Amino acid sequence: MTDHNSASPAAPHRQYWATRLGVILAVAGSAVGLGNFVRFPAQAVEYGGIFMIPYFVAFILIGLPIVWSEWAMGRFGGMRGFNSAPGIFSILYPRPGKSLIGGWSLMIPVGIYSYYVFIEAWCLAYALKYLFGVMPGTVALDEGGETASAAAYFLHMVGYGENGQVFGVDGAFLLACVAFCFAINLVLIIRGLNRGIEWFCRWAMPLLVLVALIVLVRVLTLGSPVAAAPERNVLTGLGFMWNPDGGEEHWWRQLLNAQIWMAATSQIFFSLSIGLGVIVCYASYLRRRDDVALSSTAAAAGNGFCEVALGGLIVIPAIFIFLGADQVQGLGGSTLGTGFMALPSVFAEMPAGRVFGFLFFFLLFLAAVTSSISMLQPGIAFLEEGLHLRRFQAAGILAVPTLIGVLLVMWYSANLVVLDTVDFWLATFGIFMLAMTQLLIFTFSLGIRRGLAALREGSQVGIPSWVGVLIGVVAPLYLSVIFITWLYQQITATEGNRFHALAQGPVLVGFGFVLALLIGFTLLSWIANRRWRAQAAAGLIPDPRMALVSEPEEDAP
Amino acid sequence: MTLAGWVVMILSIGGMSALLIICLSLLLRAKPERLHSPVDIHPDEHDPP
Repeated sequence: MTDHNSASPAAPHRQYWATRLGVILAVAGSAVGLGNFVRFPAQAVEYGGIFMIPYFVAFILIGLPIVWSEWAMGRFGGMRGFNSAPGIFSILYPRPGKSLIGGWSLMIPVGIYSYYVFIEAWCLAYALKYLFGVMPGTVALDEGGETASAAAYFLHMVGYGENGQVFGVDGAFLLACVAFCFAINLVLIIRGLNRGIEWFCRWAMPLLVLVALIVLVRVLTLGSPVAAAPERNVLTGLGFMWNPDGGEEHWWRQLLNAQIWMAATSQIFFSLSIGLGVIVCYASYLRRRDDVALSSTAAAAGNGFCEVALGGLIVIPAIFIFLGADQVQGLGGSTLGTGFMALPSVFAEMPAGRVFGFLFFFLLFLAAVTSSISMLQPGIAFLEEGLHLRRFQAAGILAVPTLIGVLLVMWYSANLVVLDTVDFWLATFGIFMLAMTQLLIFTFSLGIRRGLAALREGSQVGIPSWVGVLIGVVAPLYLSVIFITWLYQQITATEGNRFHALAQGPVLVGFGFVLALLIGFTLLSWIANRRWRAQAAAGLIPDPRMALVSEPEEDAP
Repeated sequence: MTLAGWVVMILSIGGMSALLIICLSLLLRAKPERLHSPVDIHPDEHDPP
């Protein structure tokens, strides 16, 4: 464990990443999740290969600039004694509203964790089912019943049909999985930055890639296993994913459709974990002389590799070969439908499907854990330095809202309404707002020149000045256009309108949970800011309001 | 799969793989002290206060 005492009471136990590989794997682990292996192929196949043009444009114009700015701001704050987003923003934006920004940046990871751990439990449950011989899609839901389809099996397991179904007799196994996931996350987070997060990511990430490669080799060597449909082979399946004319319109017409640009941008956001409040926190544990630019790009590239090279080759060919073109076209971009309904049907048909089903869901489980522990660290860091709690106390306190959240999500399981609502307001709306706010803080409060200097400090690669234009001008403009388009579509939508949906009871429960998190964390941020100001007035710590113009303290030994 | 599909796939996978390989090769070229901070991760020596 590398916890070091330093002179700053704001962060009484200064911690650093033990190795550079560790931080890269931890950040990549935070980013690599279901989004890479399930959401990406499901989204991309909607549009065909032409999706990759807006995808790479969004990666370069939004993904990398936001990643660089988050890493630079995180290390900037860490060098000045803060590891939590409220602390870092208290020095980067020492003005009214900083507590709200701090609260917002805690609400997102903690709130997302609350339902993500439920999804993580699905992955574990499926992996265990395959391991012990029960293949979803080949068994009856109850004794004497007919064999249920993989979709029916999944919907039954998560209680899609009725609220509270998960808490019935049939739900005991899933509840045990949820409890296990909850526990493993808490144990890892209590073990600390190095012994918990870094240690886990250092073996889980290579294992994850190895498992993905095994599954990939299996898919690419399938040939044409369905005798009745010899035309269904790997190459035709890959065509669905990569042919530019995969959609209904001609490829260049598709590029004129705002929807494809929004889908690609949303995928980049979701996949790179930007605007989540995690990278800022993780980067704060870097040392002053550590490289930021190359490490952040390596983490983003590692995530992109898992997504494009592994996720892009596994899922769609497998679904096409065993289930046919109609199933591929009917995925509708749905992550859950692809991962938990279509793929189990594939494994039910695939030779040695049990083994590969286990491997695939174990892979998803590992990816989910490396992501979920990263969502707890921002809250832990804040409770440690804002309220001076010990790590296990902080973990205990954080367990309360997350437990309430996961119980709400599990209880209101009919149509997964609460999960969907919380996911939308946090993982779509929330992360966009935070990313935009961070870009504005980087540009106008920290300043482009100072921000670039923070990015260049210790950097192993040159950062050209035009990166400042990307971060300060191009990325905010791009995000604004996307957001205004989305807002217009939402306001004018007659179906699926998120604002109108707030009138429904369960939706309101989900939204109320999000609002409660925001109010609670904003209040705690406000209290922490008062404490830091009082400590600064007593001369115990440097004044956070002066941190922008003062030199940082030296790294702890 | 069409020729255009092959081009898109190779460019996409190749592009992302190339970026990763370039980053990793630059990381490997770094001096050891820049790759590893002078701290250890042996678990039992520095428990949190």
